[in-house]
Amino acid sequence: MARISQIEGNFQFRERSQWWSVTMLSVCVHFPGLTESVIAAACSRVGQSVLHLDRRNYYAGNWASFTFNGLLSWIEQYKQEVPITELEQVWRSLIDEGEDAVPLSALDSSISNLEVFCYARLHEVSEPKEDQHTSDISEPSQSQEEKESQLSSSPADPTVEVQKKITYQKLVKEGRRFNIDLVSKLMYSRGALVDLLIKSNVSRYAEFKNIGRILTYRNGKVEQVPCSRADVFASKQLTVVEKRMLMKFLTFCLDFEQHPEEYQDYTEKPFREFLKNKKLTENLQHFILHSIAMVTQHTLTEEGLKATQHFLRCLGRYGNTPFLFPLYGLGEIPQCFCRMCAVFGGIYCLRHSVECLVVDKVSNKVKAVIDTRGQRISCSHFVVEDSYIRDEQRQSTAYRQISRAVLITDRSVLPSESDQQISMVTIPPLESSAPAVRMVELCSSSMTCMPGTYLVHLTCSSSGKAQEDLAPVISQLFHVSTIPGEEPSEVLWVMYFNMRDTSALDSSSYSLPSNVHVCTGPDDSLCSDYSIKLAESVFHHILPDEEFCPPAPNPEDIIYDGDGPQAKGPGFDESTNTECLESSQE
Amino acid sequence: MHGRVKIKSTAQQEEEKRKEKEKKLKAFVSARDAVLKKRSAGEHDEEALQLTRQLLSSNPDFATLWNYRREVLLHLETLREKDEVQKLYESELHFIEACLKVNPKSYGCWHHRTWVNTRLPQPDWTRELGLCDRCLSLDERNFHCWDYRRVVVKASGVSVEQELQFTDRLIGSNFSNYSSWHYRSTLLPQLHPQPAPDSAPNTSPSPTTSPQFHSHRVCEEQLLKEYELSHNAFFTDPNDQSAWFYYRWLLGRGVCVCVCLELLCICEDTSAHPMLCVCVCVYVCVCVCVCVCVAEREEMISCVYVSREGERVSVAFSKPVHAQSEGLMLVLDGQPQQVEWRSTHPRLRHSPVWLCDLPPGSISDMSNEHNLTIHWTEKHTHRDCALYTGCAESWCRDSATNLELFRSELSVEKSSVLQAELQSCNQLLELEPQNKWCLLTIILLMRALDPLGHEKETLAHFQTLKEVDPMRSTYYSDLCSKFLIENTILKMEYAEVRVFSLSNKNLTTLCHLDQLLFVTHINLSSNQLLRLPPHFAMLQCLEVLEADDNAIENLEGLYHLPKLEEVSLRNNQICKLSDLESLASCTKLTRLDLRGNPVHRTAHIESELSQLLPRVTALSL
Repeated sequence: MARISQIEGNFQFRERSQWWSVTMLSVCVHFPGLTESVIAAACSRVGQSVLHLDRRNYYAGNWASFTFNGLLSWIEQYKQEVPITELEQVWRSLIDEGEDAVPLSALDSSISNLEVFCYARLHEVSEPKEDQHTSDISEPSQSQEEKESQLSSSPADPTVEVQKKITYQKLVKEGRRFNIDLVSKLMYSRGALVDLLIKSNVSRYAEFKNIGRILTYRNGKVEQVPCSRADVFASKQLTVVEKRMLMKFLTFCLDFEQHPEEYQDYTEKPFREFLKNKKLTENLQHFILHSIAMVTQHTLTEEGLKATQHFLRCLGRYGNTPFLFPLYGLGEIPQCFCRMCAVFGGIYCLRHSVECLVVDKVSNKVKAVIDTRGQRISCSHFVVEDSYIRDEQRQSTAYRQISRAVLITDRSVLPSESDQQISMVTIPPLESSAPAVRMVELCSSSMTCMPGTYLVHLTCSSSGKAQEDLAPVISQLFHVSTIPGEEPSEVLWVMYFNMRDTSALDSSSYSLPSNVHVCTGPDDSLCSDYSIKLAESVFHHILPDEEFCPPAPNPEDIIYDGDGPQAKGPGFDESTNTECLESSQE
Repeated sequence: MHGRVKIKSTAQQEEEKRKEKEKKLKAFVSARDAVLKKRSAGEHDEEALQLTRQLLSSNPDFATLWNYRREVLLHLETLREKDEVQKLYESELHFIEACLKVNPKSYGCWHHRTWVNTRLPQPDWTRELGLCDRCLSLDERNFHCWDYRRVVVKASGVSVEQELQFTDRLIGSNFSNYSSWHYRSTLLPQLHPQPAPDSAPNTSPSPTTSPQFHSHRVCEEQLLKEYELSHNAFFTDPNDQSAWFYYRWLLGRGVCVCVCLELLCICEDTSAHPMLCVCVCVYVCVCVCVCVCVAEREEMISCVYVSREGERVSVAFSKPVHAQSEGLMLVLDGQPQQVEWRSTHPRLRHSPVWLCDLPPGSISDMSNEHNLTIHWTEKHTHRDCALYTGCAESWCRDSATNLELFRSELSVEKSSVLQAELQSCNQLLELEPQNKWCLLTIILLMRALDPLGHEKETLAHFQTLKEVDPMRSTYYSDLCSKFLIENTILKMEYAEVRVFSLSNKNLTTLCHLDQLLFVTHINLSSNQLLRLPPHFAMLQCLEVLEADDNAIENLEGLYHLPKLEEVSLRNNQICKLSDLESLASCTKLTRLDLRGNPVHRTAHIESELSQLLPRVTALSL
């Protein structure tokens, strides 16, 4: 965040009148998640003026990443969030004749069922009697109030403690070392996001770490999935014949299109049956289905083959697994695009949101927006996140949900020689009705947690509340003390929540003017390709003749016009008496 | 379009780059001239270091500059305190590191680094090992680094065990790495040597096994682990050669020792490592392997043959030798004889078979009994041969069967291990019927286990090999010919006959001819032979040669065969009269069949031939 605000400082925010006299605002982006950031960067890159508004005081919305303390205040905010009183009178007066106002929702309801549990001892305890004193919030007898106090996690609460080396106090004290993402995704090394980062030169704003190993949960224990050539060679679980069968199958998958005779009888049948038919052993079927293709029991053969192929093509580009993870968390990625947007003149404004859209009755197009301060800002396109759309503008209100859990643990789920590996764990459905769970364990060298801890993200598509979906998995994989104090818990802290998954919606789901582009939030898949593809399609909708994120030039290759200061960026000429509206730096 | 960032055009950028380059070049050239001038002026000062530093950091491959630097450093060393020298050389190491980043494969850099470490009062070997590890993690096949690492390991005394773990790690991260496998093959015999073979009853008359022979063997327990490791590699990727070579080396401990030793002999370079030799063996054609089996034995005289009629002695050795320089001595009935040793063909300077003529009349009388001894003074070995009354000829020899020339001496346990290995390979072949490495290894295992029993399967595998790997079909044909000849020799010896028949077997080459010293009749019809090589002249007892239906165009090997009477060469490719010239040296030749050869088209062929070979009475053209 520091990076962005630095850039912001170089921009001046003009008052409406001046604004108009200078240039026409092309795109107004509201609530910048990954998709919105990419669209903003792409528009800004080709010379469109972009205004980026967010009612929050942090970037990236549901794609954000928080320090531990930041997360605690986010939790608090979630608990307290109340609709801001509408300033209808104010904006009513700004609507001219022949115009309609479409108000936006002020309440973000994309997060639900948030619950927090702490298993870490609060303080270093010296007196033994306190060791017996337990008050874990997972105890059924616990009152709601106590729970609340736990959730607000006041460090003064003396009741929370479990025998642990790392105390809750320590987590809070070292909170700045955490970068906890609300969305947990990895980057396929040949996925759309990595391609875009490279193509657009945005990659220069971030650093990445390889995922070190791929694990799976099978027969009650966590084991490593042999996926690369080196893994297969070194694997102790596989017999030599299995090794050959696996390598042979994987080699076939790499160019399965060339051998249609091998799978054409199975195109209508599940991938699982195809694997069985290939005479692969149980071991191998599990590895391929759940950990390599990462598909369900019902996925059709061709899709399964494609997924396997994609996985394999990503292997070896940057390491022995197909995945990368950005240092400091996934929240870095939207920020990188924001930075690129800002470099090319995009303007950012936090804690500043749009109240309503001004729609021209004749053309049925948005011509301006009115912000929370009662200013009218003209724009030719408006990009907004789904959660800002009121139900009145929706054709359908059916969403899916994503169940998420965030854990802080003090040891790896599968300790190995190196304690600084990022692990991706696939957990097949524990029961046939349950969803498959994806787990990512981040080590401290990924700059997402303090040394000595691991940050574990669990994600699945919801069948119920996040806790109901994920708690059984957590109890299988980790020692979680049900009776605190009796047994040391690996898990120090857990947060569950559900996030709305609107990825199934498209433009036909909303009744909105055609120049309003609704971006759906994060989906439940492992990679971000969906959001990138969406951004590209929105961009081409806004600017059909422009290239999507062409490579950004090197700074030394940019020619600056005569006396124009460099940081002003293109699109905004010098103007003498500009008044600083507000700089949104903290 | 307004509002866009203006960027420099490619032409502008290139122009800028060009100018930059020009500037750099100018600076480089002037600095270089200054340095060379300083050197010729004999100046050894700090400035020289500074200047060479600038030049080398942009071009670390400038060997002269490194030399100059060493001169300067040696000079400065004499002027400074020990602490300062340490500092001087440490900064040199840092500098080299920077140069290695420019070119990690610069000969000059690595050499200089080795040198600096020898000059350094207190070298920090741990740091150097770390550097090697870093370098190898970036490029695991950087042989400069491997070489340097060996120096470091030697100097710092890293334990063999640690080094073995190091190869474990490298192989684990990528097993397509000859360097690591090869390194492993040098470490294992040190760490897990085979127990001394004293306990095993050694019936061989001269147990003078060369020391390097046994130091390359690995104990059986460890061997089994290594087999497993290579299984893992070639089951994972059967098309990767490195693991197969390693596997061949492992098997070679029991089976193909002859190959290794033979090559060691040929290279005459004891530093050449067996595993390397195996690799060479696969690529170098069969001519290298021709004498393979001879080499397995001790260096000895394998056979002495004497014939009254020609008053001639033939001696066969276990490997090709140069008799004139080997100190051979012939003792006849207690009297040392002055004889002239010659190889069977003037083109063979090193040959396993040597001949000499005894003084006229010394043994020609049938009623006398003679005792002949050949002394090989250099090797302190000798061989006796008795020529009894009434016998026209006599010999004394070790047969190929007795010496198990074509398979190694395997104990029962070992052959059960090989049997298990054969099973593993067959399992892989079932999954990968087209894999050439697997096929070839199976063939070799079968040969080691039971060459005659597996003959049919071996031939079938060779057929598949030629189909799946047509690029090397000639190599496979030659190898197959060799195995067939070996098998035929075995069969012949079991049957105790002097007739060698190998027709219609697709032979492409002839080998083991030194084993055919006593053969009187040879049938090579219907093969694909192109020539009768000089080695063919070793068949000193040959009377009848049948080689119809081949593609022979060269008869070099039919040279001074004293007993050759009949030669049939129908349907071959003999074109010129001159090709037949060598036949003139076979004084007993009376029957010659040359039907179906292009040579019959030559003008006046009959008269020319009768002039060339006046003794031939039955000539078919």
